[in-house]
Amino acid sequence: MSTATSTAPAPRRDAPAAEASGIAVRHVLARIGRYVFLCAVLGFFALPLLWLATAPFDDTPTITASLPQFTLDNFRALLDNPYALSSLLNSVYLAAGTAALVVTFAALAAYALSRVRVPGRDALLYGLLLLSSIVTGTATMVPLFELAFRLNLIDSRLGVILILSGGLLPAAIFILKDFMDGTPTSYEESARVFGASPLQIVRHIVVPLVRPGLATVGVWAVANVWGNFLVPFLLLRGPEKAPAAVIMYTLYTEGGQADLRLLSTFSLLYSLPVALMFVFVSSRYGFRFHGGIKR
Amino acid sequence: MSAITMRALTKVYPNGVRALDALDLEITDGEFFALLGPSGCGKTTLLRTIAGLELASGGSVHIGDRAVTQLPPGKRDVAMVFQDYALFPHMTVRENIAYPLRIKKVDRRARGEKAAETADELGLSALLDRRPGQLSGGQQQRVALARAMACHPQVFLLDEPLSNLDARLRLEARTFLKRLQRELGVTTVFVTHDQAEALALADRIAVMEGGRIRQVGTPTEVFRRPANTFVAGFIGSTPMNLVDAEVRDGRLVVAGAPLPVPDDTPVTDGEKLVYGVRPEYLDYTAEAAPDALHGQVVVVENLGSFSLVSLDLTGDGDAATIQVVVPEGREPQPGDSGWVMPRPGRSLLYRDGELVSPAAAPAVPAARAAAAAEQ
Amino acid sequence: MTGRRSETGASPAPDAAGLGRLRATGFLVPSLVLILFFLVVPAAWTIYLGVTNYRLTGLAAANPEIVGLDNYTRALGDERFRTSLLLTLQFVLGSAVIGQAGLGFAIAYALRDRRGPLRRVVEGFVLLSWILPSSVVAFLWIALLDRDGGTLNTLLGIPGTAWLLDHPMLSIIVFNTWRGTAFSMMLYAAALENVPRSHLETARLAGASTWQQLRDVVFPRIRGHVLTNLLLISLWTFNDFAPFLITAGGPEQRSEILPVYVYKVALSGGELGFGAAISFVMLLINLVIALVYLRMLGRRKEKV
Repeated sequence: MSTATSTAPAPRRDAPAAEASGIAVRHVLARIGRYVFLCAVLGFFALPLLWLATAPFDDTPTITASLPQFTLDNFRALLDNPYALSSLLNSVYLAAGTAALVVTFAALAAYALSRVRVPGRDALLYGLLLLSSIVTGTATMVPLFELAFRLNLIDSRLGVILILSGGLLPAAIFILKDFMDGTPTSYEESARVFGASPLQIVRHIVVPLVRPGLATVGVWAVANVWGNFLVPFLLLRGPEKAPAAVIMYTLYTEGGQADLRLLSTFSLLYSLPVALMFVFVSSRYGFRFHGGIKR
Repeated sequence: MSAITMRALTKVYPNGVRALDALDLEITDGEFFALLGPSGCGKTTLLRTIAGLELASGGSVHIGDRAVTQLPPGKRDVAMVFQDYALFPHMTVRENIAYPLRIKKVDRRARGEKAAETADELGLSALLDRRPGQLSGGQQQRVALARAMACHPQVFLLDEPLSNLDARLRLEARTFLKRLQRELGVTTVFVTHDQAEALALADRIAVMEGGRIRQVGTPTEVFRRPANTFVAGFIGSTPMNLVDAEVRDGRLVVAGAPLPVPDDTPVTDGEKLVYGVRPEYLDYTAEAAPDALHGQVVVVENLGSFSLVSLDLTGDGDAATIQVVVPEGREPQPGDSGWVMPRPGRSLLYRDGELVSPAAAPAVPAARAAAAAEQ
Repeated sequence: MTGRRSETGASPAPDAAGLGRLRATGFLVPSLVLILFFLVVPAAWTIYLGVTNYRLTGLAAANPEIVGLDNYTRALGDERFRTSLLLTLQFVLGSAVIGQAGLGFAIAYALRDRRGPLRRVVEGFVLLSWILPSSVVAFLWIALLDRDGGTLNTLLGIPGTAWLLDHPMLSIIVFNTWRGTAFSMMLYAAALENVPRSHLETARLAGASTWQQLRDVVFPRIRGHVLTNLLLISLWTFNDFAPFLITAGGPEQRSEILPVYVYKVALSGGELGFGAAISFVMLLINLVIALVYLRMLGRRKEKV
């Protein structure tokens, strides 16, 4: 709307009416243009997701998204698959473990970095952040595999948790330090004058104050692990320990014709937790934006 | 006994800034004491060093007869109210007030009762289950005071207690605070950059500059007889007139006008001094008068019940401007020519920035001086 | 505790909780250990492995030998590596710089002063495509682009178009644009809120066109955001493994971007040393990207 009025030149005295109608036309055109653009965006982003919404409830799902013959039978097929449900549990296990580790460690580190002057603190932090955005994932998959092999962490869920935590920690510390820096120190000093010990201060004052930050980092870590394919794909051998990301991939790449009933219901079940978590967090805390929140 | 004694107290930050410079100060038991100075003068550092939030680099602090210099803040038996009150936003008013007792491991019921009792004394009973975010600025300040009172400390430390309140509320809170301190009788030290606040609240004031104390005294003393030109310029809502002067033939020549040397100050002929007199202690007249300074009115500022009139002195040589308080209804117009006469016993002489005038019996009641300062 | 605290201090709040150096260090150690082990060591190890002929199996698995820069000369001479590098640059430019940043900004700009359901729905879908697990969205795209039954061909009425076989790069570029636009959209939405209304109104009163407003008012204000955004999405896209889930580098290595190439060479092909050398080249390229952007950011700060 603003775009239309802005393009109008200064009205001339001799033709105010024509000028005004020109402005109005452009105004309408800009409005229409904007709606068309937004509808196209909506279509582009919604189209691939259609199948996920229809196929799980279709009694004979095809690869095309179409109005389903409604049924819930497909979910029964899921129960029969030996790895489907256990892989979701594996995902929960990996996500919860990593999130707990990342939140705890990052909170302690961020607090120390925020409150005590460590020489070279900012350089260290930026260096690590840069390193983490460069190193995580594919560029170091060879040594990561090697390292896991040497540390006897191949086919170990702990290994996956540790490696993922190492990659997520710098950004997590960065985000949390931001939260802690934004908290006035007078709260802690006040508690200190009343005689509270450092650990009491952390427990009574700091943790409740930065709870939104802890939640943000926790959710962010869960979302990252939940979707991470490469690390468990590299490190976990058997399907018993594989998380949903890996099982999902094997479902459509291995064993000839993919079972679309299984695939669609599994996709939905696997996607729902992160989507729900996201809705919950953004409605509860509002979406706090921090640079580098993903990955 | 909870007097506070500081000896050669020094604080040097790692970056080399000397915030406190071998400072000696005694605050007596039950006193309401102000640390006053411009920002960066070290007053907040001094307060935080008494609290233990900063550790002295040298010297000592005693509270009562206990040496607390090396003690952590929790062991000094002091309570501090921060400038932003530092009320924990995730706790209710009750929990906030009870927090010091929680640290002292008082059981839940006893501390709840104590919190309610303290809240009652400060008129906060209705707010016990609210959170700090739901309170007005004045209420928050009372909660912070209640929290400080709840553990019966030997000393209260207040950091800029009134600066977070809006102007109207500030006057109310000032009266409330002074009354509370009277009733509790606990030694209280507060930091302020506002000289009117210090004059109005404190029993005694320490005026600080650059990590040192420039003067300690009652409000009347620092207002009437600033020990040096720094204090003279800092205290008073309208700063003291400080004009260069020279002694000639036993008279004090100020901007060309010879005045009598005030109060028999020992001076030598030909020496250069600074002549100081508050605008409140000058009388303006439109007719020529003896022993008066003559000038032309340049600005008239109406300040309600009086006006502040600035005159350019028409002496030979260096020009000087002098300000004088004129009661309402007698204001001159800009451009008028007028004379200002110092009241007897109210003029001060400074040599090298330090007061040289001997103390004289006060000719104006202290109450009036304080009232004038508040405006 | 008390003795140490004085050393840590610096104004205005040296150590608000009285943590002390020892405890502060203790707080830092767990994170540093994990980061050291699983971030710094792998990075350093990459450099070492790159100069060996280490293999997953066979003789060289037991006794890897130092082969100097052989891996690097081999890589630079390798047609497949050079093609892969070129494809990766196409992928980054097309899907990150043009696709994600461009589309993200356009959406943020179109929605900038809107509240209400339309904004929530559009943002919701854009975000959904970002937060869903990559293996799910990969299959959704396989299904969408399927030659016979794919929704896209059905909608367009051109069954039989094999998008993934005929246009593999275009497919993964569009896919990654779809996948990652949310980040840029949110960052630019936040940035646009920082552009003061009065500045835009001043420009409009002076008769500036939409394009002139963008160029003269909006971009100078959000330059820092733009650079940060481009830095992050370039790095992420450069290292993105998700296209593997869709095309697996095929057909005939026509969509084999570097992460997929490394995976195939090192872990499928077993040539760990050679793979590490390629990884190291990737690290260097990442570093160059980061330094270029950081320099531009730094220059901007100097100017202000």
